[in-house]
Amino acid sequence: MFKFLVKGLIRDRHRSLLPIIVVALGVLITVYTYTYMKGVFGESLEIAAIFDSGDVKITSRAYYAEKDEAPNDLALENTGDLLGQIRKDFPELAWSERIKFAGLVDAFDSDRVTRAQSGVRGVAIDLLGSDSSDRDRWQLETAVTEGRAPENPREILITQKLAERMKINVGEEVTLITNTINGAMSAVNLTVSGTVYFGVGFMDRDLILADLKDIRWILDMEGWTSELLGFFDLPAYDDEIATALADDFNLKHADSSDDPYGAVMNTMLDDSGMREYFNYAENAGSIVIIIMITAMGVVLWNAGLMSGIRRYGEMGLRLAVGESKGHVYRSLLGESIAVGLVGTFFGTLLGLGLAFYLQEVGIDISGMMGDAEIPFPTILRAKINGMAFVIGVFPGVMSTFFGAALSGLAIYKRNTAALFKELES
Amino acid sequence: MMENKLIAGLAGVALVLLFNAPQSACANAPTPEQILQRVDANMVFESAISKTSMTITNRRGRTTSIISKSWSKGEKNALVEYLAPARNKGTKMLMLDDELYTYSPAADRIIQISGHLLRQSVSGSDLSYEDMMENDALLEVYDAVLDSEEVWDGRNCFVLALKAKKMEIAYPSRKVWIDSERYLPLKEERYAKSGKLLKKIEIRDLVRTQNRWYPREIFFKDMLSNGQGTIYRIEEIQFGVDIPEHLLTKAALRR
Repeated sequence: MFKFLVKGLIRDRHRSLLPIIVVALGVLITVYTYTYMKGVFGESLEIAAIFDSGDVKITSRAYYAEKDEAPNDLALENTGDLLGQIRKDFPELAWSERIKFAGLVDAFDSDRVTRAQSGVRGVAIDLLGSDSSDRDRWQLETAVTEGRAPENPREILITQKLAERMKINVGEEVTLITNTINGAMSAVNLTVSGTVYFGVGFMDRDLILADLKDIRWILDMEGWTSELLGFFDLPAYDDEIATALADDFNLKHADSSDDPYGAVMNTMLDDSGMREYFNYAENAGSIVIIIMITAMGVVLWNAGLMSGIRRYGEMGLRLAVGESKGHVYRSLLGESIAVGLVGTFFGTLLGLGLAFYLQEVGIDISGMMGDAEIPFPTILRAKINGMAFVIGVFPGVMSTFFGAALSGLAIYKRNTAALFKELES
Repeated sequence: MMENKLIAGLAGVALVLLFNAPQSACANAPTPEQILQRVDANMVFESAISKTSMTITNRRGRTTSIISKSWSKGEKNALVEYLAPARNKGTKMLMLDDELYTYSPAADRIIQISGHLLRQSVSGSDLSYEDMMENDALLEVYDAVLDSEEVWDGRNCFVLALKAKKMEIAYPSRKVWIDSERYLPLKEERYAKSGKLLKKIEIRDLVRTQNRWYPREIFFKDMLSNGQGTIYRIEEIQFGVDIPEHLLTKAALRR
């Protein structure tokens, strides 16, 4: 029976071509949108984790309350003991110490007179330690566009844009003017060992990357750490695991809950304020499917109605020769499944092709990012996962089935007694 | 004739007494301008060398002490060199007319402090660079009105409301409690143009030296910061000393 229906579809292209094209287009859009959303949302969360929040972050309570200001005078003191403890308590995570700071970079001439000055924000990570996990996490090998990553004390990396704007060459000495945690002005000369480009708008503007030891010395923060970031060895952020871990840590440190300088752990979603964004990303597939089923269903319902008008005589004849209305209706539904499967196949193929292009090449939107302060990639990339191969089946088959089921209801409205009269006319 | 002259003379004396009596009473209470004049006479000097300490208490309740030596000439030229702590030793600040420079020995750089940097705190204290640069005689910069007379810390004070004569000034208005005997401001509130209280200052100790009263210990509180205030103490001061010209130059910062 199904074979018979497929033959009918192939031989009568008017019956199958338009619905297949509609389904293929719809599935293409579904697959493409799904992979795009997965790619962009996933990358945003990854950026937030790597550059800002980790999967979990430990700070002092007072620091967390003012975290947007990066108040280093409220940082955690003597973090060596705490670091040893959390490495023992939570061995499944990799831990990274961070200090964020702000200041001025002052480029000077041979007479040591200022020739260019710019406000910068800085991040200090363990660049020179024996453990290279921070360097790997920041992908410095690929991010360095000129020069090299710091290998000696007092060496820094600056963004390519900053170097271009201030006309700073690799190997040049610049003065970092900032404030110690006591508020005193601190001016120190640092050598620019290289320039970096991360492909993340807010990171690529006015950032300097320095070694933790240097910045501790410059900011008078010996033994202090502003933020302790924890990273799970998981392919993507898992909020359930992160929340359980944070609850466990905070319970263990509950005795210091009145101490504003006591440690507190927060998940990436709470720290970065991306919980809603994350929920949206998690439900991206469902959202796309619902939208596409509805939109395509309406289009295919309409196509079915048009087809019903075109095949008005055929239906009448089939009913007139004794085919039951239910059988005709079911055959229409069978046809719709065949159309849906074929359309889904082609749509998925095309959608995956486009998604693959977007995954490998991406779309550069750096010009549109302006001064945005959100962890958003400047090159949008799709991400093809296992779900991308099957996600088109739901809207592809369901929308044709839904469209045929609605338009096919007209069969039950045909008056059998008037069929021959209709055929005669 | 003599009698007439005598009567006329007595009448004249009486008239003089009559008309002068209230004027004499007013003369006892100096005008706001006279008060400021006498304050400026204490506070403004031709030249001075001083050694000071600045004890800063941050919002975590920790204190830092900075010891420095200053050479001042007139209202607009001064050099400050940090002597301690070791981390800040050798840092210098030079005020030349309306410009302020700082020298950092760690970077061997002379950096001009200008624009918004002037509003930043000096070494984490409750004093801003602008505060350091405001050495003009009060009478030159402010119009004064006698607000009231109060007792502050056991001393009789004139309370003056000051309003800036020019726009480009860090504190467009101030309220000052001036010791009515020693003519030193014992307490001060400095306000923004909007009327917001920016800074509170109290003189907690003073000294009589070289025929003038001068503050020995001043407490500053920046009302916009979370710190617990700064105590500025003048350990030693010598007025009217000869300061070599070359000391107050940019070139001297590196020496």
